[in-house]
Order: sequence, then structure tokens, then C-alpha cells
Amino acid sequence: MRIGALSLRLEVRALIWTVGVTLVAIAIGLWSLTVGSAGLGAADVFDALSGRADASTTRIVVEWRLPRIVFALLGGAALAIGGCVFQSVTRNPLGSPDIIGFSTGAYTGALLVSLLAAGSAGNTGSALNTSLGALAGGLLTGAVVYLFAYRRGVTGMRIIVVGIGVSLFLGAFNTWVLTVMRREQALSAASWGAGSLNEIAWTHTIPLLVGLVIALPILLSLQEGMRMLEMGDDTGRALGVGAEPVRGILLLVGIALVALVTASAGPIAFVALAAPQLAMRAARTPGVRLLPSAAFGALLLVIGDLIARTVIAPAQLPVGVVTLCLGGAYLVWLLATHGRNGRP
Amino acid sequence: MTLADTPGLAPPPVDAGARRRIAATAAGVGILVLLAVASLFIGSGAIAPAEVWRVLLTDDGSPTALIVREYRVPRMLLAIVVGAALGISGAIIQAITRNPLADPGILGVNAGAYTAVVLAAAALGPSLSAGHVTVALAGALIASLVVYGIGTTGPAGGTSTKLVLTGVALGAVLSGISFAVTLTMPEVFDKVRFWSAGSLQNRQFDTLWTVLPFIAAGLLIALLLPRALNALALGDDVAVALGARPTPTKLAAVIAVTLLCGAATAAAGPIAFIGLMVPHALRSIVGPDQRWIVPLSVIAAPILLLSADVSGRVVVSSELPAGVVTAFIGAPVLIALTRRKGARGL
Repeated sequence: MRIGALSLRLEVRALIWTVGVTLVAIAIGLWSLTVGSAGLGAADVFDALSGRADASTTRIVVEWRLPRIVFALLGGAALAIGGCVFQSVTRNPLGSPDIIGFSTGAYTGALLVSLLAAGSAGNTGSALNTSLGALAGGLLTGAVVYLFAYRRGVTGMRIIVVGIGVSLFLGAFNTWVLTVMRREQALSAASWGAGSLNEIAWTHTIPLLVGLVIALPILLSLQEGMRMLEMGDDTGRALGVGAEPVRGILLLVGIALVALVTASAGPIAFVALAAPQLAMRAARTPGVRLLPSAAFGALLLVIGDLIARTVIAPAQLPVGVVTLCLGGAYLVWLLATHGRNGRP
Repeated sequence: MTLADTPGLAPPPVDAGARRRIAATAAGVGILVLLAVASLFIGSGAIAPAEVWRVLLTDDGSPTALIVREYRVPRMLLAIVVGAALGISGAIIQAITRNPLADPGILGVNAGAYTAVVLAAAALGPSLSAGHVTVALAGALIASLVVYGIGTTGPAGGTSTKLVLTGVALGAVLSGISFAVTLTMPEVFDKVRFWSAGSLQNRQFDTLWTVLPFIAAGLLIALLLPRALNALALGDDVAVALGARPTPTKLAAVIAVTLLCGAATAAAGPIAFIGLMVPHALRSIVGPDQRWIVPLSVIAAPILLLSADVSGRVVVSSELPAGVVTAFIGAPVLIALTRRKGARGL
């Protein structure tokens, strides 16, 4: 009974954090609608959202800024969920799509597409082709890492180290591709490779929303099995969870979510890595949890995007650069101050 | 070789190994000399071997003489020096962290040097030259101090997971910073994208002379360390009990790694995996004794970098940077290492 009460209290704590952080993220998102070069105030934004503003204000707010903010919220959540799945499956706080090479692979795919496009027609390749190239590259890399790491099942550290190896391999290749490109082309490719929300429109945001609506119920229904597997394959099996099928579905859905974000925005670093860990520490859950992670992911990306838009205004940084700095610094700080049991 | 071969876990080397070690040393020196000479004859210029010999012996002031004497010779020497620096620092890092996967690239030391050079290029103008070597050294020093300081202190201090994590985290921050700088300054981006792949192309004697003193100093310190490193392999407590002093050893190791990696990165850009592969290869040949691994990596690592550099010139017409070639060779090695039967800890 005591254990039941304790776990209930923990989950209540997680729920409070989830709701609270989500509200904060949405509030920051709404406020950041007023931030930008057009000099719109809160009243203008409110008018535009309720359909009472003039056409140009409505276009700026509803067509340009809103999809980007919504994408930041949803994309942050999707990345964090993907990271949460990877960390649970690998039973390692380092597990994330970044680490296992997905992001580098996506970048490679996009680079190859723009290189081929430049070779054939002299342009830099359409956005759709870049997205498809990124998707193919990311998924292929993920599959290759899984295969290389597979030996009667996939275990934590092995998939991470194999992922680091494949990432370094592709990273070297990417660097080389950049050196054979023309300067402008290389710069724009590198900018995409950093992960940026500058070009986001509703056509990117809607598919992401649909993806999340489909993925979340699947993952939530598997959450129990996920926790069992965190105790080890044998324990999971003893408790009635088949290790490989559950893991396979989890990884597939997790990768699909991250791929949706990456295809539109490029690889955005560290949200997937940091959000589940932040959520776990704040809500003091015993392991990583999907919903608190999603809330923290949304918060991270919406703050990151705000910083990326304002820090060197009127120019914009790619948001991936901001998340890379923030996430890495957070991880360093965590390692410096905590570090019990070897976990960051 | 398995994880059980990491220093300290393996049984003491048997006597029969002595002949093998000497044979390995002799073979290594022979291969290195052959490769070094061969590298003078291979290049994009398509110069006849007899012609190369002639201009090597007498400088007649012709363009051919310029190519051979001012480009191919310093490039070959630099490959040897940079390779030795990276290989020996890999051996030392793996010994003091007792982590078979440690590598100056993975632990963020090269990233520190790289970011420092990018920042310097942004502040002082994008004229990247070997004059940036002090800046690179400072960057490498800060990075290794931070990674080492954070990675070895605290409750989980010194575990390989924490150390690698710290390296990856710091590397991420640094690459974020250099990304931000290069993306906002196109001319810096244009300059460093060629350097950041890790290449020995177009390096001349001035680069060699600038980095040589730092690498020589680093090599000297490193070559004095093996006995102390052997004691450390048993763990700090046992090492202290045996009369060794871990802290000065580790401090000297950090200084050596900083000098070696900072100078190597300043000269050739960040080149990964040499520090990872060479000590592993050597351990499988000569056993876990650092008195053999550390000095032999001065011979083995240049072999690797020279062959990477030469094959990069031969394989693709537009010349693959050496850093890309080492990553192409090294990543499969890393993956193979983690798949080994004995690598249960992974």
C-alpha cells in the first residue's frame, strides 16, 4: 500500500510539472508572437489572432510567426518524446537521436541532395528534395547503427558507441562535402545543417501535429512495457513484456517523430537529449517519462527559438546553434554539480 | 584484444613477447621509412621518380624542385610529427582515464583547439596560419582542464562514462559556438571549412617549424610517463600503495596532451580516431605495458596518418583530406571494437 501511495504521489508531481511547464511554454510562445522586426504590440497580436486586424498584420502574425511558434512547441515535444524513447530503450541518459547518428545522417542526406541538384541544374535543390534527402539519410543511418549494434538484441552502451562511430564517419564526410561546394551553397547547406525554424510555414506544422496525434497514444499505451524493459530484458520478459517487439515499435515511432521535425527544420541538437533528463530531475520521477519530457522539450525549443531570433537581431541564428550551446552547457553543469551513480 | 587487455586487467606479459616486440618495432620503423619516401613520389603533379630524386639531391630552382622540396617534403614531415603527437596523446589519455574508447577527438580536446582558432579568426581576421598555434594551445588546455576537472571529480569521478559524457557535452557547446560564429561570418566560414576537415594539404615548412617545439616538448613529457602510467593502471589506490603519485602523473599527462593536441590541431585541423586506433592496435601486438605502447605509438601513428594522407591523394582526383580518410578507417574500427565478444562492458 505504501509503495502504491508513494508512486501515486510521484505521478501527481509529474503531472503538475507537465501541466505547469506546458502552460509556461505556451505563454512564452504567445509572448514571442510580439517579438520581431515589425514592431507589433500585444494588442496587435491579439487582434490578428481574433481576426480583427488589418491584412498585413494578420499575415505577419498568423501566416509567418504563428506556424513557427506552434512548430517550436510541437517540434520540441516531438524531439523530447523521441529522446525519451531512446533513453529508455538504451537505458542510458546519452541515448538520443543525435548520439545514434540520426541527425548527422539527415544532414548527409540533405547535403547529397543539394550536391546532386547543383551538379545537374546549378540550383541548390528544392526544399522538398532536401527534406526527403534528410529523411532518407536519417532513417538509413538509424537502421545501419541498429544493425551494427545488433548482436542477439541491442544493448545500451553498444548502440551509443556504434552511433558515435557512425556519426564521426558521416561528420567527416559532411565536412568534406562542404569543402567541394561553392561558398554560398556550402554556407546555406551548413545553415540548414544547424537546424533552423526560419522557413517554417503551416505546411510544415500541420504534418507534425498529425504525427504527434497518431504517435502519442501508441507510445502512451506502451509506456508500461517501456518501464519494465528499463529493468532489463529478462525482468521485462518475466513480467510479460516481449523485449524486441516492444523495443522495435518504440524505436520506430520515436524515429518517425524526430524525422518529421528534422525533415522540416534540419537537425536540432540536444533537445532530445536534455529534455527527458531535465523533466526527470524536476519531477523527480525514477526514470524518464513521456509527457513531462514533451512539456520540457516544448519549453526548450520555444525559448531557444526566441533567443535565436533576438540575440543578434535583425539577423537570425539557426535555433540548433542555440540549443547546442544551451543543452551542452546544461549537461556540463549537470556533470559538474551532480553526477551521482555515474548518471549526468 | 578485448577489454580485458586494458591496462591493469590483463595478466602480466610473458617473456616470449619480448622478441615479438622487438620485431614489431623493427617492422614499424621499416614501414614508416618506406611510406615516408613513397609519399615524396606520389602526388597530383605526376613527376617522374627519377626527377624527384634529382631535385631532392640538388635544388635547381625549377617548379618541380619547388613542389618536391617546399611542398612534399614538409607535408611528409608534418604527417609524421602530427601523427606522432595524436597517437601518443591517445595512448596517454587511454592510460590515465583507464578508458579504452578515449581519444582526444572524442574527449573534446581537439574541439577546444578548433573553437579557439575560429574565435581568433573571427576577432583578428580570417588569415588562418600556423601563427594561431598559441591560440589553439590555449583552447586545447581549457578544454582538457574542463573535461578532466569535471570528469574526474565528484561522486562518479573518473568513471569512463562520466569522462566521455563530459567530453561530448563540452564538444557540443564548443561546436555550437564555432557554428554560430562561422554562420554569421561568411569569410571565416569559407576559410575554416577547408581546415576543419583535417588536412595536410599545402602545409609548408613554416607550419612545421611553428608547431615543432610544442610537439617536441609534449613528446618529451609523454615519453617520461610510461612507468607511472603502468602504476596508474592498477587504480589510484593501489598506485598510491605502491609508492606512485597519481596527481603529478595526471597533471603531466594533461600538459603533454594539451601541447600535443593543440599543436597538431593548429597544424592540420581536427583529426580524429588516430589516438583511438593506434593504442588499440599496439596493445594487440605488444601487450598492455605502457613502456612499449607509448614509445611505439610515435612510430605507429605516423604510419597511419601518412598512409591516410597518401591514399587521400590517390583515391579521389580532388584529394580527400587526411582527417576524412582517418574517420573512414577509424569509425569501422571503433564499431568493431564495441562488437567484440569480450567487450561486455559496452
